Amino acid sequence: MAGPAPGSTPAGPDPDEAARRRWMGVLARAGAAEIAARLDQVPPLPPHRRLRGPETGLVMARGRQGGDGAPFNLGEMTVTRCSVRLEDGTVGHAYVAGRDARQAELAAMLDAALQDPTRRDALLAAVIEPLAAAQAAAAARVAAKAAATRVQFFTMANMR
Amino acid sequence: MMRAGFADPVLDAQACFRAVLEAMARPGRVHRVAAPPEPPAPLAAAAAAVLLTLADADTPAWLDAGAGAEAWLRFHAGCPLAASPAQAGFVLACGAPPRLAALAQGTEEEPHRSATLILQVKALEPGAGWRLTGPGIEREHRLLVEGMPPDFPAQWAANRAGFPCGVDVILCAGDRLAALPRTTALEIG
Amino acid sequence: MYVAVKGGERAIEAAHAWLAEARRGDPALPELSVAQVEEQLGLAVDRVMAEGACHDRGLAALAIKQARGDLIEAAFLLRAYRTTLPRFGASLPLETGAMRIRRRISATYKDLPGGQVLGPTFDYTHRLLDFALAAEGEAPAPAPEAPAEAATMPRVTGILAQEGLMQPEPPGDAEPPDLTRQPLSFPADRPLRLQALARGDEGFLLALGYSTQRGYGNAHPFVGEIRMGEVAVEIVPPELGFPIAIGEITVTECQMVNQFAGSKTEPAQFTRGYGLVFGHGERKAMAMALVDRSLRARELGEEAEAPAQSEEFVLYHCDNVEATGFVEHLKLPHYVDFQSELEKIRQLRATALREAAE
Repeated sequence: MAGPAPGSTPAGPDPDEAARRRWMGVLARAGAAEIAARLDQVPPLPPHRRLRGPETGLVMARGRQGGDGAPFNLGEMTVTRCSVRLEDGTVGHAYVAGRDARQAELAAMLDAALQDPTRRDALLAAVIEPLAAAQAAAAARVAAKAAATRVQFFTMANMR
Repeated sequence: MMRAGFADPVLDAQACFRAVLEAMARPGRVHRVAAPPEPPAPLAAAAAAVLLTLADADTPAWLDAGAGAEAWLRFHAGCPLAASPAQAGFVLACGAPPRLAALAQGTEEEPHRSATLILQVKALEPGAGWRLTGPGIEREHRLLVEGMPPDFPAQWAANRAGFPCGVDVILCAGDRLAALPRTTALEIG
Repeated sequence: MYVAVKGGERAIEAAHAWLAEARRGDPALPELSVAQVEEQLGLAVDRVMAEGACHDRGLAALAIKQARGDLIEAAFLLRAYRTTLPRFGASLPLETGAMRIRRRISATYKDLPGGQVLGPTFDYTHRLLDFALAAEGEAPAPAPEAPAEAATMPRVTGILAQEGLMQPEPPGDAEPPDLTRQPLSFPADRPLRLQALARGDEGFLLALGYSTQRGYGNAHPFVGEIRMGEVAVEIVPPELGFPIAIGEITVTECQMVNQFAGSKTEPAQFTRGYGLVFGHGERKAMAMALVDRSLRARELGEEAEAPAQSEEFVLYHCDNVEATGFVEHLKLPHYVDFQSELEKIRQLRATALREAAE
């Protein structure tokens, strides 16, 4: 999926790109209901028009031979994408794994709104950071369960 | 500013596909695209709708409609852009079209691998102009096309002589379209 | 040759109605929900996603319910569904080294950085039927938790590579071939083989992998590492031009370490067989790694006479949707073919009887 970048709004310098990658990643991992619940805490998002989608399609997931060699096609996965435009021309995009059209549209609306510096901090604090914290907590619980199944070897010498 | 594509990508593309199918089946008959998108200039409704309907990630497209139209098409149809008309599955010309012989002709084994040329012209009127005969036409269809290169009938005769290879043409004006499949014979009326 | 025969419509409708009734089973029992299949038959869901070559837990669970638990039929349903969807693009290669680990074991090193993490495994269970599950059980107690180390878990193959003992994978980012777009052709390079194996039938690959251990192919494998957990999937949308995460998926990876005697140009070292599958599919990942290594026989200058070393044999027959299609097509009417066979047999018999009588 390389190539020129049609339809993009000027993303500005790299710090913005890093911030945008982060919120898009958080939104892709969040359910529509979770996002909607966080949006209830903030003023309504600006009106938007659908540019493309929400529509469900496939992305071919790739691995590397031997884990670190040349790429190969592992298999496809369902992905839903949506692009919206705000009245000022800002375009928001979303690609989320699965088939949840509502999640994709909410994520695209938020991607557009978050590009507005006057809204960004409030939306990050009220929507993105709580979602990221919940995701980190869920991952930490899985890691803690895995840690409990870690083998603590002791040798015969220690047993004597 | 990026514009939207079809309002309903599935149903609108199906309706446009039906129009193209009918146009190909009855060469020279003029059809209207029912729910056209709002493409960036200089793309007009019918040509844009045909591209959105037919082009996808597996069909490189080439167009002479400028960066805005290219970005719009790539965004909505997901098709790669060909470096030259000869490498494209779909070629869209708003200005002077490339010569038919310069486009992909297909092969004897795979004649369907030829290019489809989408020509955006000034006007399409049935009932006068060219006399079209061939498969899908009972006696003859008349089609008046404004804005064609003067040597197009000669190019078309050469194209038709290469059957089963050769280019198919979809003529578009505003929200109207008509087709010239490679089997159609064309006489100046 | 097939002949179109009409007249079966009502019989087919009745058969489908009976199928629906049989699928539901005893209506006095509660109906199984798709969410229950997804949550409680998770390994069946994983297998259907792997062999259906389409990652979507909900769709795989629905397919299993619709197929009455016939997993090959379910994979077929998933493959059919995927053909209705447009392809948006391809992901960046998954970074399995950065996996959030749920399970990670090595049979080659006891003490390795990150340790042996058993995860939710059947290993060490006694394989005794648990009749407590047959009763209306209460929810199990939550699994214990322990402080997790933040340390990443380096790959065992990387540890060997540091000493120069592991044959490195040729680097590269060439666009891999895709057998969902171009039909298989031979010789098939390794990326194409891995794609075919990843969607191949677990039972077929298991039997082939087993055969390599039993003398049909000269394999002396060790499980360098098996890891299972979550990896982020990233794509670069053309309209953005930079990578974004679109979610996480569970995958199982197996690195099988095999001896390699060396050649004129390369000293003796270890080589890899590689397995990677959607979901928690340890047996499949291990079988895939064994077969991947055995298919490298020619590339490594080894004898290649066993079935598991023949890429045409393996790749042409590992896809269970293709296999079931061709085997099951024998059920279709072959009335005309068979009529000609009948006539031929009758003729031969008549000739033989006549000659015997003379």
